[in-house]
This record gives sequence, C-alpha cells and structure tokens, in this order.
Amino acid sequence: MADFLLELLSEEIPARMQANARNELARLFAECTGEAGLKTGAIDVYSTPRRLALIARDVAEGTEAAREELKGPRISAPPQALEGFLRKTGLTKDQLEERDGVYFATIERARRLAGEILANTIRRLVADFPWPKSMRWGSGGLRWVRPLHGIVALLGEGIVPVDIDGVISGATTVGHRFHHPGDITVGGASDYVEKLRACHVIVDQEERERIIREGAEATATEFGLTLLADEGLVVENAGLTEWPVPLIGSFEAEFLDVPREVIVLTMRTNQKYFACANDEGLLAPVFVCVANVAATDDGEAIVEGNRRVLSARLADARFFWEQDVKVPLEEQAKKLSGIVFHEKLGTVAHKIERVAKLARWLVEQGIVKADANQVERAARLAKADLVTGMVGEFPELQGVIGGYLAAAQGEPMAVADAIRDHYKPIGQGDEVPVAPVTVAVALADKMDSLVGFFQFGEKPTGSKDPFALRRAALGILSLIIENQIRVSMRDLITAAAHEGGANAGREVAGFFIERLKIQQREAGVSHDLIDAVVAVETGGDNVRMVRRVQALKDFVETGDGADLLTAYKRAANILKKEKWTGGVLSSPEEQGIPQTGEEDPLVLVDDPIVGEAVAEMASGQSGADLLEEKALISALDAAEPKASAAVEAEDFMAAMAALASLRTPIDEFFNRVTVNDPDPAKRERRLNLLMRFRDSVNRVADFSRIEG
Amino acid sequence: MSASLSFQDLILTLHRYWGERGCVILQPYDMEMGAGTFHPATVLRSLGPDPWRAAYVQPCRRPTDGRYGENPNRLGAYYQYQVVLKPSPDDLQDLYLGSLREIGIDPLKHDIRFVEDDWESPTLGAWGLGWEVWCDGMEVTQFTYFQQVGGFECKPVTGELTYGLERLAMYIQGVDNVFDLRFNDAGVTYGDVFLENEREASEYNFEVANTDRLFQAFREAVAECELCIDRKLPIPAYEQAIRASHVFNTLQARGVISVAERQAYIGRVRDLAKAACGAWLERAA
Repeated sequence: MADFLLELLSEEIPARMQANARNELARLFAECTGEAGLKTGAIDVYSTPRRLALIARDVAEGTEAAREELKGPRISAPPQALEGFLRKTGLTKDQLEERDGVYFATIERARRLAGEILANTIRRLVADFPWPKSMRWGSGGLRWVRPLHGIVALLGEGIVPVDIDGVISGATTVGHRFHHPGDITVGGASDYVEKLRACHVIVDQEERERIIREGAEATATEFGLTLLADEGLVVENAGLTEWPVPLIGSFEAEFLDVPREVIVLTMRTNQKYFACANDEGLLAPVFVCVANVAATDDGEAIVEGNRRVLSARLADARFFWEQDVKVPLEEQAKKLSGIVFHEKLGTVAHKIERVAKLARWLVEQGIVKADANQVERAARLAKADLVTGMVGEFPELQGVIGGYLAAAQGEPMAVADAIRDHYKPIGQGDEVPVAPVTVAVALADKMDSLVGFFQFGEKPTGSKDPFALRRAALGILSLIIENQIRVSMRDLITAAAHEGGANAGREVAGFFIERLKIQQREAGVSHDLIDAVVAVETGGDNVRMVRRVQALKDFVETGDGADLLTAYKRAANILKKEKWTGGVLSSPEEQGIPQTGEEDPLVLVDDPIVGEAVAEMASGQSGADLLEEKALISALDAAEPKASAAVEAEDFMAAMAALASLRTPIDEFFNRVTVNDPDPAKRERRLNLLMRFRDSVNRVADFSRIEG
Repeated sequence: MSASLSFQDLILTLHRYWGERGCVILQPYDMEMGAGTFHPATVLRSLGPDPWRAAYVQPCRRPTDGRYGENPNRLGAYYQYQVVLKPSPDDLQDLYLGSLREIGIDPLKHDIRFVEDDWESPTLGAWGLGWEVWCDGMEVTQFTYFQQVGGFECKPVTGELTYGLERLAMYIQGVDNVFDLRFNDAGVTYGDVFLENEREASEYNFEVANTDRLFQAFREAVAECELCIDRKLPIPAYEQAIRASHVFNTLQARGVISVAERQAYIGRVRDLAKAACGAWLERAA
C-alpha cells in the first residue's frame, strides 16, 4: 500500500470555480478507481490558482483476478433488454449462458496493477472534467479550464506514467510564480505540501483562507478598527493567491460622503478589498487588500498602487453620486415611462401608478396603519433610482441608492426608508420590514407583480420562475404574518388586479396557500394541519389562519388531541361505512355543495331550513338510554357553544380546549355503546350522535384532513 | 520617479521586446476603431492555420467614453498596445511577465495577478477565455486565448495581449491624471498633445455629429461591405465592417439608438464581420 499524489498544474483557474473543482476531482477519482475495483483510503483535495491536487492514502497494490456472474434479462424479454445487457457486459450472445429461462454472463477480471488503473483514471479525469467553461490553446486539441502545463503523478515514490496530448506526467512542478520560478521535484504525497510551502505555495486552501481571515482581522485591529467580515471575499482571495499577504491602506476621508454601500461594494466587487469600521460602527477610510507576494519593500508600493486605483474608482462613484443628488427623484421618476417593466404589464411608470394606488388603498381600508400621503409619495419615488447613474453602475444597490437620495433631498425619513427597503424581504431569512410606510409599499409592489403576472399568463411552472413570483408570494406572507396584517386575501387580490387582465383570483389564492404550506413547513408545521384549517377558514386571512394552525398543531401534539383525533377517525369511519348522512339529509357532496376550500361548510348550518333540521336531528336527545350516550350529549351541549364562541373570538386555544372536553365522553361512548344496535331507532340515534360529534369537531378544524 | 519610462519610451520598449520575440511590428491601422482587436492583423489573422506574430499600437475611439477632457481617468480616444501570437506558445504568460519587467515593473515589489475575465465581442462574433492582469489592483492588460472569431473556431488558438497604454504609463510614472503623463523626456505632456482633441471630439461626438449623415454612412458601409463580399474581397469587406462599427458607436454617443434597436445594429455589424471572416477563410483555403 502506498499513497498517491496527483497535481494538475495549469494557468490561473478562476477563483469561483475552485471549490467545485475540488469536489469534482474527489468524486471523479473515487468513481474511476471504484469502477476499476481499486481500493483507496482517505482522499484529500487541494486547489490553488495554478493547481488542482489530490492525495489518496493507502492505495491497494492492485485488484485481484476475479470471476463474476451477472444475471441478465429473461430469455423471453424484448430484444432491447438483451442488447443493453450485451453492451453493458461487452460480450456476444453466444458467450452468455442460458439457465432457467434467464441469461447469465460470466465476467473475467484479470489482475490489474494500481499504476495502470491510476493512469487510466488520470486520462479520464482530464477528459471528463466538468469545468463550467473550458478552452483549447496552442495547436492542441486538449481542453482544460486554462492551459494545462504539468501533471505530477506519484504512487509512493514512483511516477505513474501518462501522456495526455503531450503533457507528460513526472515528479516536477513549480513553486510560487515570482518567489520560486524554477522547477521543483516532489518526492511523493508525504512531502508535497511541505515542499511547496518552502517554495512559497500554500497548497491547502483552508490554510490560505485562515491566513487571510485572521491576518486581515489582525491588521485592522492594529489600527484600532474592526474588519467587516466577508467570508465570500476570504474564499475569493484564497482562490487568487498562493502566498496570501493581507495589507492595509487608507483612502482620502472625503470619499466618505459617498453612500457607505457604494464604497463597500466598489471595494468588494471591483477590487476584492475588505472594509473596516471604527469603534462607532462607521465606515473607516481604509481598505485591506490581499497580495500574492511577500514584497521586498513590505508591500509599500503595493499599498500605494492599490490606494490610487481605489481613489480613481471612488472619484468615479462620487461623480455619479453628485450628479444624482442634483436631480430630484421626482424628475427621475418621469423617465420611468421609457423603461419597459414587462411587455404585457407596461412600463415601470405604469407599475408605479398601480402600486401607488394599491398602497394608498391599503391605508385607506385601515389594513396598514400609516400616513396615506407618505405611503403614496414613497410608492411614487420607489423606483426612481433605476435611472440614476449610481444604480446604472451598481444595479444591486437599487432601493438603497433611492433611499439615500430621498434623504439627501429632504424627504421624510419614513419615505426614504420605504424607498430603501421596499424590495424586502428578498428570500427567506431576509429582514422583514416593520415600518408601516415601508410595509404598505413593499406589500403593494409585490402584490402588483404577482397578481399581474398571473393575470397575463406568466405564472411559474416547474423549475421555471423567471419573475421570482414564489419569492414574492413568500415575501407577501412574511410581511402579513410578521406585521399581523388583517386582510382577506380575496380582497387584497381583487384590489391588486390589473385592468384588462384575466381573472386569476382563484389561482393566486391557491398559489398563496401552497406557499403558506411551504413557509409553515419551515416552521415545523405539516401541510395536513394547514389543509385542516384552510377547509374551515375561507376568508383567506393569513394571520387568523396561522394562529389557528398553530393552536391545532399544539393540540394534536397533546394526549387529549391525539386521542380525540383517533376517536374522530373512528366516528368518521363508522359514518362512512354505514353511508350515514343523517337520515334526513343527503351528504353535502350529494347535494353538490363544495365541502372545503371554496365555501365554508358552516353555511349549511346558517341555512334556516337545513339548519333547523340539522339541529333537531343532531341533538339526538330523545330517547338516549345509556349513560354514555347522555354524557356525550351533555358534553357536546357544553362544548359546542364554547368552541364556536372561542372561534369567533379567535381564541383558538380555547376552542381546542373545548374539544378536549369531548375526549373522555367519546372514548367512554365507544367503550360501552354498540352503535349498530339491532333496534333501528337506537342505531339511527347513535349514528346521528356520532355525526354531531364529527361535525362539532369539524367546526374547529377539519380533522378528516389530518394524517396519522 | 523620473527614471520611469515616458509614454513614447514605453511604446518603444514594448516594440523592441516583442520585435525580438518574432513579432512583426505594425503601424496603427488607418481606420477608426473601438479596440485594437478590430485591426485585421488580429481578427483576420487569427483565422486559418497559418502561424502569425504581430505587435502594434492601435488608437481606439470610444465616443461614449469622452468626458471633454475633464475626467482624469476617462478618454474618448486612447491607445492600446496589442500583441498576437499564433499559435499561443506554452510560455505566453512568462513572455508577458517578461515584458512587464522590461518596462520597469518588478514582480517581487508589485502584486501581479491573473483575475478571471472572459472576453466576448458581440460585434465581431468572437470570444475567448483569459484574465485581466492586475498590477496592485489595477487592470493593466487583457489576456485572452481566442476560441472563436467571426463565428469560426480558432485553430490553432491565438493568444492576445492588450495593454492599456495610458493606464500602464500612469502607473509607471505615478501620475493621477492622464493629461499629466510625460509624453517624452523633453517636457511634453499627454495633455499638451491630446487635451484639445478630447475637448473637441467630445463636443463633436455628443453634440454636433449629424445623425442623418451618420445613418447614411452606416447604410453605405453595409452596402460597400456586401459589394466586396460578392466580389470575394475579404479585406476591403472587413474594413467596411470596421467603418460600420465606428459609425454605430458615434450614433450611440449621440443617443439616437434605443435599447431595442441597439441589439439589431450590433447584429448587423456582426453579420458583416462574419461574412468578411468567412470570405477570408474561403480565400485562404
């Protein structure tokens, strides 16, 4: 057994591709050796800008000779099955054995040495490597992410010979491009990492990441500052350096007039610098860059060069900022009529018009408690920054720039904040706005897009959701639930409808219920509990729904709840088995009345004729002769008004508690009472009583939908 | 820093360096173009099987980038130093780094890095993979391995180096304003030579250029290009594509091309460039 070292030396691999490349290297290596039957121990993978490396421990000396019998298709199977089997085994039909109506193949595997298998593995790795983008170079036909220059392949101390389009494996590689430009000879897996370290290459990306993370922090601390941690930058810089050296420099404090986000973004995106804050949390006029060299002047020239580049960039940013501040957002907003939002939904100006109206409606209906004029103002200015130079340069700062400009131009803070935050929440885990003006604009903006796209046939399908409507719906639900906004989704959807679009109310409502299930699943609520509540909650008030679901979840997790659910199922099963619909009435299904979702089943009870009949029949009082029957009846008599009052008052815990009081009587009833009594009158009475029990429970939540 | 190279010595140094490495040293192409890549010595020569090495300075005109000479970092016309080596040699990176040493950049004192930057020219139907080369955080060179030009595979592959001469000179000379660059060592600055050009060209490109005549010029270039294609004259055809491309750039600076139209114009120029490249390959075959 020996350790195997593989290094693929190339020109600079893009930083963003390295993590995935390491995973693929390990995966492909394990796959190739696995298929060949070569056993190896632990596999470590490394990457630097110029190399991908792998060390496999304890590689077996080779594979043993083996015979293996493979079972094929039945002789009677269609010919394609046989063809596939022959392809897979590489045999011909006359080499197969026929036994008991089935084909069998015997595969002979010769003993193979590890070196041979590894050489094949390297060839396959290079040929099949799934780079996101690969290229050719020179006159060759080989493809790699950038030109491939060398292969180190050592099993123990011996070279695994392989020649890939003129790139020949060996034991030599190169050190750091500038510190150690010459060849270095590697002894094997055991000295690879240390030998390269001696030549200014830290092979292990995690070690480089640590050097950057800790070094950048230390240099900031030295100046009494706090580094703004940015793990993405740490990884990216580790992918750009073989010998990382964090260096700190400063820029002119006058640039701090530019919005903080712009400075941080310029530093991060364009220059890959870290930013720092002072002890008041304000941005400090410094940057931390990561050089790939231990410079002879300790980095003085590098810091000065980087400072000048950053100054030029910030000067550009400041130019845009100063231009933008001069133009009132109101003026900028006029240009939005020239920007198409979506061909079917009109321009951004059209959208603004609708959003302003909807946001104002939210306030005027008392759904969101905010200043209606501020809300409308914020809505009308919310998208104006899209035409500013700043957002042109930094599209990811949409909203943020508008917020700064609004504040600088004297808009009230509530308006400026609403402009800044109205895109939120973006995705789960993002902060959900709570400021009322912001909530109104954010809600209106998302509702307008969601309903509009549905109306014009642009709803998400399968994995395609080009307008991020699923995210919009989750954002709407988060805004509603976090802020306890009491609104019927039906009204909200109607208010958001675009003129001239199709009626998509039902589809959108269903979409929200699906999203709610997904959102609640994250909170540990299973979908059947939501179905059970949706069946009895038809107004589409999400706040109410979530409270009811939560109470139901808590209840079914208690002993009372679980037992009641069992009893409920038993009652429902008996009624179903007996096809019992109450003697007087046919079942709601038979009457063509939708039971759930669309309409509240309770309307049945509100109907003057039907209601009375139900009441008379369901009371089942007359002639109850057994104690347990009487006990259940009085329990129902007591629980029903309590439950409905509690539901009315939205005290769902109390409603559940009322149901809990039925647990003992129903259990006793099942223990002692024979429902299918030979006496038809008794049977009818008891079935009616069970029906009453079922329906009482159903009024709190449709227990038939609960699984388990 | 007076020991650093003047703008013209920077060019002369690069000429000598690349000349010694087998490049033919060409003069700028006598047409207006947006980038050194447009030069036929790059576009046409990167197609077909024949080896080729060339280096040249190319004046580049980017009408929309003009700032009336008021911005210390932006110019509507500037210079690129372009090197093409076909097939790309295995030591292309080392050759390039050698050129940096030659112009006074010590890689043990400065931070030289190859940062991913894939190159694509929609108007030329061309793309390649490579990097922007950073020196202390500043992009000084675009380094590309051409994969396709004019929609045709590059076989063998051409390696292209494009140095931004003004930026590089600003860096070497330690100057913060492009117009302060020492053009030579006899007291002439970049501003002495070009500031007035920037002012007048900006005014012309943004305010004066007659757009009717420009649209007419675009149509004429298209027609001439098609005529040359018919007559199997790829080089004059390609020159007309260059002309159409520059007219389009000026129209953009005048702000008369809408976003929707923009794509159509780019597509039109690309079709011309592709047709010229196709004719070039056919003739060479």
